[in-house]
Amino acid sequence: MTDTSPGPRSLADLFFSFNRLALQGFGGVLAVAQVELVENKRWLTREQFVELLSASQVLPGPNVVNLALMLGDRWFGTRGALAALAGLLLVPLAIVMALTLVYDRFSGVPAVAGALRGMGAVAAGLVLVTAFKLIGTLRGNRMGALACGVIAAATFAAIALARVPLVWVILCIGPMACAFAWRRLRR
Amino acid sequence: MNGLSATDLLSLLGHFMLLSLLAVGGAITTASDMHRYVVVEHGWISDAQFTSSIAIAQAAPGPNVLFVAVIGWNVAGAAGALVTLAGTMLPSTLLVLAVSRWAAQRREHPGVRAFTTGMAPLTLGLLLATGWVLAEPFVRVPGQRVGALALIAVTIVAMMRFRLSPMWLVALGAVVGAAGGI
Repeated sequence: MTDTSPGPRSLADLFFSFNRLALQGFGGVLAVAQVELVENKRWLTREQFVELLSASQVLPGPNVVNLALMLGDRWFGTRGALAALAGLLLVPLAIVMALTLVYDRFSGVPAVAGALRGMGAVAAGLVLVTAFKLIGTLRGNRMGALACGVIAAATFAAIALARVPLVWVILCIGPMACAFAWRRLRR
Repeated sequence: MNGLSATDLLSLLGHFMLLSLLAVGGAITTASDMHRYVVVEHGWISDAQFTSSIAIAQAAPGPNVLFVAVIGWNVAGAAGALVTLAGTMLPSTLLVLAVSRWAAQRREHPGVRAFTTGMAPLTLGLLLATGWVLAEPFVRVPGQRVGALALIAVTIVAMMRFRLSPMWLVALGAVVGAAGGI
């Protein structure tokens, strides 16, 4: 915890931080959340970020929304959770609704369709970057590099290559990984 | 559109609340069932409206979950948007708060530590898979492959080497794409 700052100063700080983060997040907010919360604001270490992300992914609901709820709640209780959630959703909701109203007029323009594809490709790259940056956190994992590699590779193959539904991947690989971790932590 | 009765709105709310609790991995994982409910079963919106709802939310800044509000808007205007968004957010939010408070009090419990240790590599595997799944549709189309791979490579190198906001790369992607580069 040595390289983290104390966290947001106030509910307003929390709201505007998540608002800023959401407005930078095209095609997904997770990559921006990692950069802002871990690298810029230093509210979390990389390890803490991965921990929260694990819980966010196992629980139902959008990952980044769950992350915001848990962080807000940790610092300011229910009011904090609501402030982070509102920061994340309010302004983007207004933008999405405005886009919905003008969408029909522009959806057929080739340049618009091209721009959307370009943004989509970058969004994919951003998610990969986030994964690469966080891989280093496994170094301190008590299961060891080999077990971590096997679990990560099995998860990747199941979702990306075999297209197994996420629920089954989590229900099958998750308990095995946690049971193995349990045994390693006992020693 | 805009002609849904109060009973219809209530059943829409109920259905989205149910899906909220099943949405492990995000609301997008339940999109196929939302499609079944609002397009196939009730015929409230068309196939094209459903697909464009998701595309709009992904192109706009902010969490992709906002696509449920666009679907609700297309089904029944502002009331529909309120119903689908509230239905999607409320149950999972309450569950997340309850679970995270429970776990926060037991951080050193061996079960909680086994969870965080065991789930870390799975979480990273999922992130890699998400990146792959997002990239794959572009890479599969021959005319888009080179442009997409170049954009992805530039994004990875720039973000690993420099501290900059991802927004600049998204802007670059938009410019390259609009110019016909992908």
